[in-house]
Amino acid sequence: MSEERRIRVLVAKPGLDGHDRGAKVVARALRDAGMEVIYTGLRQTPEMIAEAALQEDVDVVGLSILSGAHLALLPRITELLRKNGMADVLVIAGGIIPDEDVPALEAAGIARVFGPGTPTDEIAAYIRQQVAERRQA
Amino acid sequence: MSQTPGNDIAGWAERLRQGDRRALARAITCVENGEAPAAALLSALYPCGGHAHVIGVTGAPGTGKSTLVNALARAYRRRGLTVGILAVDPSSPFTGGAILGDRLRMRDLAGDAGVFVRSMATRGSTGGLSRMAADAVHLLDAAGYQRIFIETVGAGQDEVEVARLAHTIIVVEAPGLGDDIQAIKAGILETASILVVNKADREGAEQTIASLRMMLDLQHPEQATVSHHGTLMAIAAATPEAPGRWRPPLLAAVATEGRGADEIIDAIEAHRLYLTTTPEGAGLRARRAEIELGHALDEALRHLLAQRVAREEYVRLLEEVIDRRVDPRSAAEQLIRCLCSPGES
Repeated sequence: MSEERRIRVLVAKPGLDGHDRGAKVVARALRDAGMEVIYTGLRQTPEMIAEAALQEDVDVVGLSILSGAHLALLPRITELLRKNGMADVLVIAGGIIPDEDVPALEAAGIARVFGPGTPTDEIAAYIRQQVAERRQA
Repeated sequence: MSQTPGNDIAGWAERLRQGDRRALARAITCVENGEAPAAALLSALYPCGGHAHVIGVTGAPGTGKSTLVNALARAYRRRGLTVGILAVDPSSPFTGGAILGDRLRMRDLAGDAGVFVRSMATRGSTGGLSRMAADAVHLLDAAGYQRIFIETVGAGQDEVEVARLAHTIIVVEAPGLGDDIQAIKAGILETASILVVNKADREGAEQTIASLRMMLDLQHPEQATVSHHGTLMAIAAATPEAPGRWRPPLLAAVATEGRGADEIIDAIEAHRLYLTTTPEGAGLRARRAEIELGHALDEALRHLLAQRVAREEYVRLLEEVIDRRVDPRSAAEQLIRCLCSPGES
């Protein structure tokens, strides 16, 4: 009763690169910020990610991608989420994503791209603020 | 607060029963957060439940519980049964956050519409986990999943209590986690309906199996004697078991390769049959119902208390307890008296 509703975040690595250190650092930081982080690990297909987001009923999907396939994979994930009736979920991305690709990703429904070196506090604060706004709506 | 209209409980419940995964996922979230629609949904769905067989899987961290559940779920799918999985991981006692990593070991199940996996954090409050898990199981049951696994770390009272909500309890051990005296300590092992030694291809597996077998022999003697240096020793307290009583099978597995999964599933199904044909099964149903009624009563009382007793009064009493002017039990009695005769405290 006294407890506020916990923020649930899915952290996933779409595509084929095998570098998950960044995703793990972010997962851990969000845990320390009091969030419940469902960590699904490497080499996830867009279908697997969207289905996990649905079953876990998360507020946020965080995608880490370093392979260069972001323009192919990330819009596919937001599309599947919409199809699942989860258009209201906050989708954010991180990894190696060139600045010139960001507008296309934003147009596809990725709310924000966090580049290398982003302080994890900043990510947690952004999630909190965004989720609070979405829950008001 | 939720996007699923809270006022159309009947419609929501119906969609859940028809297998709408979004409706089920939202309902579990409501249960976790104690949100308003949860109670109405649960009471609408309770009469349609009771068909699933619930399997608790517990054991120390690192014994391979998630990987085993993955293997067992696949084996059930091969037999054409649908599977719900509730994977519980601990919340941080300091921040309340959690890393729920069980899905990582269950990726073989992705893309199968006959499987639903939900991760759940313990969220700290005693008894709360058990209530949340029980309610989530009701929802999975109502959604038609035929076998439901609840996976918990087997440490702490809360987890033991969760395991007690299951029909069949699998305790998972692995080689190299402790000497044989661990096996005869009281606790979770005694609750096991099936014992599994996972990672059975590792060194020391035979020893682990042998010490567990000894424990089982003591607990479920076929006769009131054990063999020691070739001579038969009588065991003081134990009496030969009543014929037909369930003796937990001890099975070896290598979950990463799926080895042993079919044997374990055969054992689960044998235990299920045992429960439907013996008085123990009826006793178990009664015990589960009693645990749940207890939780519901606790919750209802707290709720009533919050409505009937002013927060200030509660805080005032709490302070008296802190200062040792009143003991907690007397304070609780005073609060209950306020419930019975409001405005008279």
